[in-house]
Amino acid sequence: MTDETTHALALVPEDLPKAENFLKPHRIVLMLLFAGLVVAVAVFMRWDWLPRYLPRLGSGILVSLAMLFSTAILGFLLAVPLGLVQVTGPWFLKLPARLFCTIIRGTPLLLQLWLLYYGLGSLFPQFPAIRHSFLWPYLREAWPYGVAALTLSFAAYEGEVMRGAFAGVPQGELEAARAYGMGRWTMFRRIWLPRAVHRALPTLNGETVLQLKSTPLVATITVIDVYAVISKVRQETYLTYEPLLLLALIYMCLTGILVLAFRYFENRIPTRGA
Amino acid sequence: MAADSFINWSLLALSAPGWGGVLLQGFLHSIEIAVGGYALGLTLGVGGAFGKLYGGPVLRDLLECYTTIVRAVPELVLILLLYYAGTDLLNQFLGTLGFATVDISGLMAGIFVIGIVQGAYSTEVLRGAIKAVPSGQIEAARAYGMSPAKVLRRITLPAMLPYAIPGLANLWLIATKDTALLAVVGFSELTLVTRQAAGTTKAYFLFFCAAGALYLALTLLSNIFIGMIERHARRGFAEQR
Repeated sequence: MTDETTHALALVPEDLPKAENFLKPHRIVLMLLFAGLVVAVAVFMRWDWLPRYLPRLGSGILVSLAMLFSTAILGFLLAVPLGLVQVTGPWFLKLPARLFCTIIRGTPLLLQLWLLYYGLGSLFPQFPAIRHSFLWPYLREAWPYGVAALTLSFAAYEGEVMRGAFAGVPQGELEAARAYGMGRWTMFRRIWLPRAVHRALPTLNGETVLQLKSTPLVATITVIDVYAVISKVRQETYLTYEPLLLLALIYMCLTGILVLAFRYFENRIPTRGA
Repeated sequence: MAADSFINWSLLALSAPGWGGVLLQGFLHSIEIAVGGYALGLTLGVGGAFGKLYGGPVLRDLLECYTTIVRAVPELVLILLLYYAGTDLLNQFLGTLGFATVDISGLMAGIFVIGIVQGAYSTEVLRGAIKAVPSGQIEAARAYGMSPAKVLRRITLPAMLPYAIPGLANLWLIATKDTALLAVVGFSELTLVTRQAAGTTKAYFLFFCAAGALYLALTLLSNIFIGMIERHARRGFAEQR
C-alpha cells in the first residue's frame, strides 16, 4: 500500500521547469528580487573564510559523491536478488527478504548507522580473529560502516521497488521466452531483468536523489564528507548561517545535476506508450 | 566475555538503574514531534496545494521554489538551518516588537522544523491528489450553486482522499523516522536518548536494537491503521486489480 509511492517524494526529472516561455514579467521581477537577496547575502554576510576551506570542501564533495555512487550501485546489486526472491523464491528465501525490507524501512537510517558503527565497532575489537585479519585496517575506520548502512538502506527501499517491477513484467513475455527454449538464466538475463529495470527506472532516479540526501548522515560517525567539512567550518569560525547556506546551495546543485543527468539518460531510452 | 553479561536485560528496566523508562520517554517525545510536525505539514500542504493549483502566478512560483528547495536539500541540513534560523528570527522579531526574548523549547522547534519539511512533500502529494479528482464532479457541484468553500469541503477533499492516502501514509512514516534526525541538534528524542544510554552502559547492541524495535512497532502499528483508513476512504471505489 505504501510501497510504490516513495518516488513521488523525491525530485523526479519532470519536476524541473521547461525552458520555453520561462521568462514572464512576474518571473523577471522575482528573479531580480532573488538576485538582490543573493547580493545582500554576499555583501552583508561574512564569506572571508571561504578561500581557506575550498580545497577541503572539494574533497568533502568528492567523498559525498563517492558515498552516493558506491552505495547506490552496491545497493542496487543487492536489491535485484531481494526483489527476485520475493516474487519467485521459496518461503525460506522469501520470508527473510521480506523481513529485511520491513525492518530496514521501519527504522530510521541514523539508528541503523549508529547501530553498525557503535555496536559492531565496539564488538569487533573483542575478537582476535577479526583483529588479526586483513580486514582490520579497514574496520578501524568509519567509512565501511557508513557504506554498509547506506547500502543496506538503499537495497531495502529499492528491493521493494524491484519486487513490484519483477512482478509487473507481463507473463506473456516470459512465456514467449520459455517457448523459444530459453533456459531460466537466459530468460532472466535477456527478458526479465531488463524489463524490470526498465519499469523501475523512474523510481530509481527518485531513490538516488533520496540517497544523496541521506549521505550527510555519515558525518555523524566521523566520515569527512561535505557536511562534516561545513560542521568544522562552523566550529572554527563561530558562524551559524553562512556555512549552512553554502551547504544547502551545494546540495541543491548536486541534486540539480543528478536530476538533469537522469533526465538526459531517460530521454535516450526508448519507451512506447505510457 | 561471558554470555550473561552479553545481554544484560536489567539495563532495560523501567526504574532508575535501568534505562527503559528514559527510552520510553524519548519515544514519547519522538511521537509528539512526529504528530505535531505531521499536522503542521498537512496544514501547510493543504494551503500549498491549493495555492499551487488555484493561486496567482507569483504565489505559484514562490510555492514551486519552496517545494523544490526543500526536496533538494537533505533533511539534516534543513533541520539545522531551520532550527537556528527559526529560533533566531523569532527572537529578533520579538526583540523589535519590544518583548523579551524567549527560550524556544526543543519540542516546538522540532515540530516547526519537521512541519516545514513535511509541508513541501505534502503539498506535492495533495496537489497530485486534487488533480486526480474528475473535473466533472467539481463542475457539477459548482452548477448546483455551491460556494467554493463548500465545494472544497463536500467534494474536493473527500474525493481526493483515496488518491492522497498512500502518499500521506508514506509521509507519516517518514515523519516518524525524521524525528531521529533531531538527535543531531541535541533534542532528546528516542535516538539521542538511546545513544546516551548505550554510551553510558557500553551495551550498544541492546539499546540500539531496543530503539529499533520501538520504531518498528510504531511503523507496523501505523501500517495497520493506514490500512483501515484506506479501506474506509476507498469505500464505493471499485476494488483494485
